[in-house]
Amino acid sequence: MVWKYFRRAFLIAVLAFLYLPILVLAVYSFTSSTNIGAIRGFSLHNYVTLFTTPELTGMIAGTIALALGAAAIATVLGTIGAIGAFYSRKRASDFISTLNQIPVINADVVTGFSICVLLVVVLHVSKDSYIPLVAGHVTLCAPFVFLSVMPRIRQMDSSIYEAALDLGATPFTALMEVVIPQIIPGIVSGFALAVTLSLDDYFIAMYTKPATFDTISTYVVNATKGAQTTIKTALWALSTVIFFIVVLIVVASNIRAMRRGDGEGGRRA
Amino acid sequence: MGNTDTIIELRGITKVFEDDGFKAVDDFNLEVKRGEFVTFLGPSGCGKTTTLRMIAGFDMPTEGDILLNGKSIVGLPPYERPINTVFQRYALFPHMNVYENIAFGLRQKKTPKDLIDKKVRRVLDLVDLEGFEKRKIQTLSGGQQQRIAIARALVNEPEILLLDEPLGALDLKMRKEMQLELKAMHDKLGITFIYVTHDQEEALTMSDKIVVMSEGRTQQIGTPEDIYNEPKNAFVADFIGESNIFNGMMTRHLRARFCGGEWTCVDDYEEGTHITAVVRPEDVEIVPPGTGTINGVVDSVIFKGIHYEITVLSGRNEIVIQTVHSAKAGDRVGLRVDPENIHIMLAEDHTNLFYADLNRDFRLEYNGHELDTSVTRIFPGSRRQEDGSVVDGNGEILDPARVRILVAIQPGDIQMTDDQETGLVQGTISNLIYKGDHYSYIIHTDLEQDFVVDDEYLWNMDDRVGLLMPVEKMKFTLKRK
Repeated sequence: MVWKYFRRAFLIAVLAFLYLPILVLAVYSFTSSTNIGAIRGFSLHNYVTLFTTPELTGMIAGTIALALGAAAIATVLGTIGAIGAFYSRKRASDFISTLNQIPVINADVVTGFSICVLLVVVLHVSKDSYIPLVAGHVTLCAPFVFLSVMPRIRQMDSSIYEAALDLGATPFTALMEVVIPQIIPGIVSGFALAVTLSLDDYFIAMYTKPATFDTISTYVVNATKGAQTTIKTALWALSTVIFFIVVLIVVASNIRAMRRGDGEGGRRA
Repeated sequence: MGNTDTIIELRGITKVFEDDGFKAVDDFNLEVKRGEFVTFLGPSGCGKTTTLRMIAGFDMPTEGDILLNGKSIVGLPPYERPINTVFQRYALFPHMNVYENIAFGLRQKKTPKDLIDKKVRRVLDLVDLEGFEKRKIQTLSGGQQQRIAIARALVNEPEILLLDEPLGALDLKMRKEMQLELKAMHDKLGITFIYVTHDQEEALTMSDKIVVMSEGRTQQIGTPEDIYNEPKNAFVADFIGESNIFNGMMTRHLRARFCGGEWTCVDDYEEGTHITAVVRPEDVEIVPPGTGTINGVVDSVIFKGIHYEITVLSGRNEIVIQTVHSAKAGDRVGLRVDPENIHIMLAEDHTNLFYADLNRDFRLEYNGHELDTSVTRIFPGSRRQEDGSVVDGNGEILDPARVRILVAIQPGDIQMTDDQETGLVQGTISNLIYKGDHYSYIIHTDLEQDFVVDDEYLWNMDDRVGLLMPVEKMKFTLKRK
């Protein structure tokens, strides 16, 4: 009996550890207090500040635009890379896969710093041009797209590409009309992963971003150091919004997966 | 320009894979006539699929030329060849419905929409799947997918249709039905079919011409009747139908010695020639003991429905017989064969073949001697299980009473010795030929088998010798009884 209670208590402790900080932040974001500890009363002023301060909305829009843009480029590159590796000879394919592993494991600081050195110092690309930042985020995301597309290609019946050629399709048509539709789920999840990675990144953006531009991560770090309390508390609201969007996406995708599991009854989509 | 009747010609095709240097196809030559049904037949790994892929354009030959209507197509990519393929696992596009799958090829050629509709309907009618246009591929049975794959290829009206083991994934009954249907389609459409299979019965049933292949080489090209009745070598005889195959020697004009007896035959070779004799099981007659060419004891009788399969042991030789008359295990019988049913061929590679038994310890035994090797060493993937039984590479249990091991050894790898008892088997030198730098001997053993042995030194006719055969020079094949 004691064991049973202990188990339950342990579970609650773990969950509390995971969610309590976020919960505290969410609660305080709806108050007018300027620091955590004293609740003065319910207020939406943090949310109003968040969505009306041009500096904040511009930063959020810029971060999202960067995430979508870098993810799109990374998805194209990663997918092409995976298809190329799959149809290469075994040795070349293994080589590409191994090379792809290194940026995945490598520390972001190293990636960010080395891209900064290469583009800005060696090649003299202007840091105000966004090119180093986009290049950095594409470098961060493309290997993950490769990893998420590869299993899909492996699952695919490799002779359908040859079948398309046999029926008179050029290699490009065969790729677009036969191979890509087969691996689209891998491409979509690779894109989603890339968006998340880009949103999450701090170090690469730190080293490569133009001085006037901030992503959410770099902005938050700077803001918490500063003294502007209205901005600081508005960031509580931003964290809460991001958290609820994530919860929404996870719940929605789980419900979809459950429905599909029931509805199609074991048939492969 | 070749003969106008010839639609495709393969000249000296050789394919070496760059990855591992494996020679999949070696000097392959073939002419196919317009409208013919040609089958490439052979065990897996014989190069038949690789040859087909080179015709389709998926693989490039390392050497040689492929001529379509007299013009080389080696440089053409698959999508520019008027050739279509039915793939082994169908390779239908899973994200398209039946109509879109079939229309795919026509769309690439920018065929007008109404013509596509008409052609798709016509070809669905041909494969007996009218009204299936909107169906998803995943909702079709294996047999239906097969038909769609055939329809998808045929709708393009190819000059040649390639079929890569298209019936391999179907059950037996469905396979038999599809064989007849494919043959009927071929006769109706007049398109040249090139068909790949490892199933000899399928090849015999459907083809106008069969190309038997082994280890990348053509073994024999001929009509099904030719190949069954007049196999050119031991491989073809063994692969097509069931056969009793013996090594032997011509003793004099139209007389051959094999399987412990001297037989009259109709094939003429010079006296002393090393030969391979092939006798079909249905051609062996059981007669009262002493009245046939050889005598033996019935070892086993299996009822097969339309006939009995009887195994007779004569000395160390085993003869399989198919007959409508039964016999009892243990009966002494005589065996005779009509001279025209004995097929004598030159033993082309002189490889010595003999059967070894598997004893209870899973060791190989021949002539009372244990060979210095074990099953797990000679068959990759085989292993001894915890309960003491042994399984082969496919995980099937090996029953020592139900398997034999066919041993192959080259003439140059056998040594003769005066110290007879040290040899694996003993015999008498019954023929010798000088071959320039060595002598080729035929040793007739006490077990009534003939071995060919190459030796640079001169031995005398009728010398008694022992034969030393190193285990590491032997090649082994597993045969189930």
